Amino acid sequence: MGVTAWTYLLVGSSFLLYIIIAIRSRATSTGEFYIAGQHVPPVANGMATAADWMSAASFISMAGIISFSGYDGSVYLMGWTGGYVLLALLLAPYLRKFGKFTVPDFIGERYYSQTARLVAVICAIFVSFTYVAGQMRGVGVVFSRFLEIDVTNGVIIGMAIVFIYAVLGGMKGITYTQVAQYCVLIFAFMVPAIFISLMVADTAIPQIGFGSIPDGEELSLLARLDGLHEQLGFTKYTLGSGNTINLLAITFALMAGTAGLPHVIIRFYTVPSVRAARKSAGWALLFIAILYTTAPAVAVFARTNLIDTVEDKSYAEIPDWFHKWEDTDLIAWVDKDGDGRVKYRAGNALDPAKPSFLEERGVSGERLLSNTPTGNANELYVDRDIMVLANPEIAGLPNWVIALVAAGGLAAALSTAAGLLLVVSTSISHDLLRKWLRPDLSEKQELLAARISAGVAVCIAGYLGIHPPGFVAEVVAFAFGLAAASFFPAILMGIFMKRMNREGAISGMLVGLIFTASYIIYFRFLHPELDTVENWWWGISPKGIGTVGLCFNFMVAGIVRSFTADPPEEVIRMVEEIRLPEVK
Amino acid sequence: MSEDSEVARQYWRKNLKIISLLLTIWAVVSLGFGIALAPWLNQYQLPGTEFPLGFWFAQQGSIYVFVILIFVYAWRMNRLDDEFSADQDGQ
Repeated sequence: MGVTAWTYLLVGSSFLLYIIIAIRSRATSTGEFYIAGQHVPPVANGMATAADWMSAASFISMAGIISFSGYDGSVYLMGWTGGYVLLALLLAPYLRKFGKFTVPDFIGERYYSQTARLVAVICAIFVSFTYVAGQMRGVGVVFSRFLEIDVTNGVIIGMAIVFIYAVLGGMKGITYTQVAQYCVLIFAFMVPAIFISLMVADTAIPQIGFGSIPDGEELSLLARLDGLHEQLGFTKYTLGSGNTINLLAITFALMAGTAGLPHVIIRFYTVPSVRAARKSAGWALLFIAILYTTAPAVAVFARTNLIDTVEDKSYAEIPDWFHKWEDTDLIAWVDKDGDGRVKYRAGNALDPAKPSFLEERGVSGERLLSNTPTGNANELYVDRDIMVLANPEIAGLPNWVIALVAAGGLAAALSTAAGLLLVVSTSISHDLLRKWLRPDLSEKQELLAARISAGVAVCIAGYLGIHPPGFVAEVVAFAFGLAAASFFPAILMGIFMKRMNREGAISGMLVGLIFTASYIIYFRFLHPELDTVENWWWGISPKGIGTVGLCFNFMVAGIVRSFTADPPEEVIRMVEEIRLPEVK
Repeated sequence: MSEDSEVARQYWRKNLKIISLLLTIWAVVSLGFGIALAPWLNQYQLPGTEFPLGFWFAQQGSIYVFVILIFVYAWRMNRLDDEFSADQDGQ
């Protein structure tokens, strides 16, 4: 069977599975719609959290980013896993003990203030929508590359699937579909990685394979890659750029941001008890770690493979996948020295860096470009997203493995999108309507409102996926920075500082938000030309500035608290209550 | 009531002790070994492999430690809860 037939078969049957699960787990009450009736076992919640968390970006882009940035890519690996330690030790058990439906619920009640709730709701909706646009785009891209369906139709198919299980099943439907999606995505990620590890490193464990010395060889893959990098003029793969302060700030901002993202926190409301919440966080990180420790191995396999396959080869003798990805605009080659051979060196080959293709072909048969070739010796442009998508083809794996990657990418994108859409829908029906505008809503009406807002949110997300705002990548930095500078400190102080009051928390959140947002907007949107290390404050890039915003948040909250009134007695009692263990 | 709140205070203190110990390890393996000390650690290799040690902590080791930390926390805290529940029943 060909790749396309396999892809239709695997994607089709995985979709069918999701729909069957959705129909079997319909929600009948707001409790089921918002938090799955709190009946989810810890291991299942761990899988669902892992699928919720690992997005199209984790599945498709992360290994590619690491592949191209080497050691510096570690910030994502540590940041996006280390956050779970903060979540498990500092937030999840207490929020579960508090036991309401949403994150704004906690902020609103702990700080006895509708203003605080409103700030939290706006942040939650903003963070979720920026994220979800990227997921829908991911769905469209996978469809277009593997099934030759155009991006728009791909997004619409994805929307329809999410619509069925999010609107029908709410959190209950989403949870059990996410469990299935986790299985699909981890299988799809691991199979090619294990295959390649066996081929190049003689071991079935990729985590070991990329640094161990195979029998009969002198060097490990990693050492060989370091050598190739030096030879071709790149920085050594295992060495970083050396800006330690910035790496620390980015890693910490990603950690605190991960712990503060509402769609992750909300998953810990769905387990039966505080004990289950603690264990469940461990399972979640274990399931995530399987992919996150494999990704750096895939990055090294892919990078070595790429260099071995293309460097100094003539255009005609390069394998077919090169031409196929060139046809989809993701690879470009400009023959600067006119010798018909591909040279892969450090630096951008083209100016502007992204290729724009012309209709004609060159002497060797390559697609010609309207870009100006740059002065350096590099002749190759490679989009980093193909490292995961094309890896099985580059390694010459069987067709069904290539098709599996498509099903896995879709599972990753759909599961994350559904979790985010649920946050949007509960924020509107529960926090805005029930708790603020229309307290007289009956449960039935609230459930209907939740379904309608989930439906509307799916449509908006689809629209954003088809017409993505040009700055999706920039906005994701926003999401983490804002969560790190607002939610994380506010929830943390709410639990660990009994006397933190409304005035302190709100001013802290506002200062954290405004500072972080202004810094990112200034460097990313207003003056992108100034976005270099000389102009950054303390050498910290916009990606890491959430760490500074978080410090400001704590400082301002502490100062304001010291000269304003203590929180009311019942709030202090509530904090004491959530700190206590559950008595069996 | 006063005895209850004394027990609760003790429970909370123990909890804070566990959290600070585990978070110290968390920061040392990631921000410490993985970033700040990585250039120095890179002169060594993970035994039996060619991983520079700092690089290995940044891309592999810290993640394994994170998983262990959460399970240790869950195990310790669930046991602390049992002790506390037993105290409560004894009253």
